[in-house]
Amino acid sequence: MVTERIDAQLPGAVLDRHAFRGDETVVVAGERFLEVVDFIFGEGFQLLVDVTAVDLETRDPRFDVVYHFLNLASQARLRIKLPVAEAAPVPSLVSRFKSADWAEREVFDLFGIPFEGHPNLKRLLMWEDFPGHPLRKDFPLDGGDPFCSQDIGASYAPEARTLNP
Amino acid sequence: MATTPAPASTRPDGDRMIVNMGPSHPVTHGTLHIVLELEGEFIVKATPNIGYLHRGVEKLGENLSYQQFIPLTDRLNYCSSLMNNVGYTLAVEKLLGIQDPPRSQVLRVLCSELARIGDHLVCIGINAVDIGAFTAFLYLFKERETIYDLFEMMAGQRLHSSFTRIGGLFRDIPAEFEPLCEQFLESCPRTVDEMESLLTHNPIWADRTKGVGAITPENAISWGYTGPCLRAAGVPQDLRKAQPYLGYESYEFDIPVATTGDIYDRYLVRTEEMRQSLRIVRQCLDRLRQIGPGPVIIEDYKIALPPKEKVYTRMESLIHHFKLIMHGMEMPVGEVYGATEAANGELGFYIVSHGAKSPYRIHVRPPCYPIFNSFDEQVRGRIIADAVAVLGGMNVIAGELDR
Repeated sequence: MVTERIDAQLPGAVLDRHAFRGDETVVVAGERFLEVVDFIFGEGFQLLVDVTAVDLETRDPRFDVVYHFLNLASQARLRIKLPVAEAAPVPSLVSRFKSADWAEREVFDLFGIPFEGHPNLKRLLMWEDFPGHPLRKDFPLDGGDPFCSQDIGASYAPEARTLNP
Repeated sequence: MATTPAPASTRPDGDRMIVNMGPSHPVTHGTLHIVLELEGEFIVKATPNIGYLHRGVEKLGENLSYQQFIPLTDRLNYCSSLMNNVGYTLAVEKLLGIQDPPRSQVLRVLCSELARIGDHLVCIGINAVDIGAFTAFLYLFKERETIYDLFEMMAGQRLHSSFTRIGGLFRDIPAEFEPLCEQFLESCPRTVDEMESLLTHNPIWADRTKGVGAITPENAISWGYTGPCLRAAGVPQDLRKAQPYLGYESYEFDIPVATTGDIYDRYLVRTEEMRQSLRIVRQCLDRLRQIGPGPVIIEDYKIALPPKEKVYTRMESLIHHFKLIMHGMEMPVGEVYGATEAANGELGFYIVSHGAKSPYRIHVRPPCYPIFNSFDEQVRGRIIADAVAVLGGMNVIAGELDR
């Protein structure tokens, strides 16, 4: 298994791991992340399927950046999770995987997580001066006040956060 | 024409012309916007600007129950909505650790393959229309109409089917389905042949597509290509064979693979995939006859709704119905990534459950998103007419691109 080989080659890089319904997940410390990615790239995980994030709101650090890798030779999948605090930069994978380009821009756009080393880190799905980051848990479900006709703080009230308040 | 190389840039920067393709343009099929920077006829930079169809599907999903998310998946790739339904329910079923009944599995394969044929028909037809070959489109859309008639029989709706439920399907197919499907199996191969006789050896079609959008396998993998575009580049990756689900390992079909990855090869791969899908549909119909009538949804009333007649006549079923609608399913805590081979490539659903009625986080991995990301590289140094061909060959569907 690749998770054991990561442990053997890069001791201390993996903070936690679990397998649920056959999905292998490793939680990696931010400063060792690029080493782990380079190692699994050599192991054959060369297709970066997806990059996304999860806002855990009350946990510290607040976000998990989630990477899904696929090994085309063995058809194994690996999920790498990277816990990051708010506004803490994450190393960009654009120089290693071209598909990281839009994937990271989307995470930046919707979660406000900055990627260090990304050549063109701009909003992708939302427009340039859109206030806030929609997929954060404290962003109002009705979209808030995107055209800033009022003070934006008002729409962040707890009752604006569910479909049926 | 297509192979004309771009001239070495000798002109000063100020001579560039900016052309906006879209957001509402006949070739964009949906709403997307590309800013092309031209030097004479040649594209020096293409900047896709997406998000016009962003509906916040993932945000909505965090506030809807697992069943309520199914109609939202229809609107991802609206050319093959049944396949999105199947992909999503499979991901939730993976999270729950359940399997649907055998008859439902065969029906899911059947409707997925019909949807795949429909998607490829649209992709090739529209690609040809954009390039100027109108006739093939008319032949192909006749077949697509039959596919939508079949969908209407199955799900009651043509486009936004919402056919699957967690644990199975919402109903069985009616008796009229099989004769029409048999008829379709007769006529569709003829139409595909007709289309091939119009396009495959057509010198204009070859001129416009051969060499356009060519990509090496390494580059395609780095861009995150999946599906027909990756197979056209020479990588035999198909999740139906590589990581079988729904019993695909027990069906007989082949994976077509091409070499150069250009638009012509993508067209050939899609054409052959349609024929292979027809083979699978044939096997599905035979299997349905073998299996005979049976349940199409699991009988675990903590996951699937009990039948209506029981709800109206039995107390216990009424309670199950009420509990399921009001409180939802009992979900395990965990995270799964469920991937299926959709018409465009790998359609993935990443679901994080904290055990509540709705997912804590749901993320869609649309297949055309990474493919469209490579648009600039694909058209750089080419003419605008090639950009039109590349856009069609990528089969960019704005609904799943923007979510």
